[in-house]
Amino acid sequence: MPGFDAAFGFLYQFGDACAFLVLCAAGLAIIFGMMGVINLAHGEFIMCGAYVTVTAAKAGLPLPLAVLCGALASGAAGILLERLVIRHLYHRPLDTIVATWGISLIASQGTLIVLGPSLTDVSTPLGSVAIGGLSYSVYRFVLMGAAAAILLALYVLFNRTRFGVLARATIQLPHMAEALGVDTRLIYSLTFGIGAALAGATGGLYAPTMTLVPTMGAQFIMEAFVTVVVGGGDVFLGTAPAGVLLGLVKAFMTTWQGQLAGQIGLLVAVIAVIRVLPRGVSGLLLRERA
Amino acid sequence: MAIPPTARAAEPIKLGVLEDQSGDFALATIGKVHGIQIATDEINAAGGIAGRKLELVIYDTQSDNTRYQEFMRRVLQRDKADVVFAGFSSASREAYRPIVDQLNGFAFYNNQYEGGVCDAHMMVTGAVPEQQFSTLIPWMMEKFGKRVYTIAADYNFGQISAEWVRNIVKENGGSMAGEEFIPLGVSQFSSTIQNIQKAKPDILITLLVGTAQSSYYEQAAAADLHVPMGSSVNVGQAYEHKRFKPPSLANMYVTTNWIEEVDDQKSKDFVAKWHAKYPSEPYINQEAENSYLAVYLYKSMVERAGGSTKRDDLRKEVAKGDVCVEAPEGKVCLDPKSQHMSHTIYLAKVGDDHSISFPKTWSDIKPYWLGAAGCDLVKKNPNAQYTPSSPPPK
Repeated sequence: MPGFDAAFGFLYQFGDACAFLVLCAAGLAIIFGMMGVINLAHGEFIMCGAYVTVTAAKAGLPLPLAVLCGALASGAAGILLERLVIRHLYHRPLDTIVATWGISLIASQGTLIVLGPSLTDVSTPLGSVAIGGLSYSVYRFVLMGAAAAILLALYVLFNRTRFGVLARATIQLPHMAEALGVDTRLIYSLTFGIGAALAGATGGLYAPTMTLVPTMGAQFIMEAFVTVVVGGGDVFLGTAPAGVLLGLVKAFMTTWQGQLAGQIGLLVAVIAVIRVLPRGVSGLLLRERA
Repeated sequence: MAIPPTARAAEPIKLGVLEDQSGDFALATIGKVHGIQIATDEINAAGGIAGRKLELVIYDTQSDNTRYQEFMRRVLQRDKADVVFAGFSSASREAYRPIVDQLNGFAFYNNQYEGGVCDAHMMVTGAVPEQQFSTLIPWMMEKFGKRVYTIAADYNFGQISAEWVRNIVKENGGSMAGEEFIPLGVSQFSSTIQNIQKAKPDILITLLVGTAQSSYYEQAAAADLHVPMGSSVNVGQAYEHKRFKPPSLANMYVTTNWIEEVDDQKSKDFVAKWHAKYPSEPYINQEAENSYLAVYLYKSMVERAGGSTKRDDLRKEVAKGDVCVEAPEGKVCLDPKSQHMSHTIYLAKVGDDHSISFPKTWSDIKPYWLGAAGCDLVKKNPNAQYTPSSPPPK
């Protein structure tokens, strides 16, 4: 069935591209999309998650628990960073760029100095499966599932829990939230920490499939920012459709003309979307077109 | 300035070193700096070069092409280095080469690359495509079949190397099953893997560069893609067989002019000597050996020129065609027409457990292409880089 093979092949490419974009963007959607902090150290949270995950897995933890360790470590690093640096710069977005860029350089070069230029990886688990004439890595399907699960969890967290309501209130109208007795400093910290933890989880999830180097964060950061910019301010209503849209463009262009065309297609799509929808897809969905 | 000869003799010879000690390429290039350091220490302990000490001026180029330009200016103008050993990626070499030409400097490029640089200001000690591909590809085609697929990094190195592969495959009666150029920094390869599976090649030539692209191997192994692979860059530079979990690199064949696994007494002594000075060196790669032998090559050139460090005096010695040096890989000589190096070429096979074996060795493989195509630096210096599709003008 060549028709089925081709269709499944494309669907797989689409799912794979989509999962990568969504997982890259999940943490940044909170930190940049929702809180408005342009965090150039996002890639280093991902690197931190990957390094901790692999270290934990090598120490004998099963991979899912190791990924959890990676997420917690990045989350803790995020909270620390928020307390020490980011907190003082909420109303100075340009200074935030400089500060987080500096932190990103310190983190990646510090890792190079302390841990050396590379870390041996763990093998990709779960083996492969043959469908039609082609074979696929089973773990890639796990990544797609993880992306969907993280999106769902974000929706529930920010739209269905008390913490979600407080977080959105704090970020939209901090003084009113404070007047109503919300500990906004704590909420800011926790929200930033959750964003960092999601970045750590992404690093952990991709760690078994990638070369572990101190500069690996850079391999995620472009996709993370473009997905969030296309998605706009809402964590769930932005990231999910942006991931689908850009994943579709990227998978189509890559299957048709190769990796270079995929990258070009992705960036052209981003330019087109922000030209038409300055507030991103979620701006359109929530009827707040500028 | 009239400096008496005795005072001049006491002044050290300055050797500038521009290599990446941080950033994306550091992994493959820190060993080059160590190689230069070891050779320098040995030479100084034995009395220096023509009675003068050798002094290193080392800059960390941070895997950044603009740093190469900045430091090349500094090392030639302010430090007044007699010679500069510089560069890993071809992009970095092409970034600094015009500055060496402009400031009338003298540089060694101690790295394998896509070939074709015909420039009197440059000595190249690394291997070039005719040395690595004209050995590797016919051998692999005979063993595995004639349909070849190439994936290559999308910049001058990858594009020109892929052109070489295409030509050699055709010359040997094979065909290209496909070709894809991948932007540097890409780390996700699902679509590339699928395209290769669809094309069903007998051989896959991987010319991937940088740590992002090296994620390909793990992802291909996880998707159960096991086509025999050939490469001119892997193993011999970034020692992927040591860093990646087996068997992601199994069944890969690499032509290299030396790696630390080479199993003879001379190489074992060299490795032992290295580890005595740098006990925690993760791997001694071919570019580390090239850098080490380049210092001795420079020493022999200066001594033959009677202690002069002037580029033109040294090139007169090179033009005689017998400037050679004994290296861990054996005796290697400079070709006067192209100022490139002959090499022993080892075919390294990566096993299922990532151990290395050597199914074949070719000795004294010459860098013949530039000279045959019409580059003759003894007569004329065009300061240019040529490729098979744009050879020197006749």
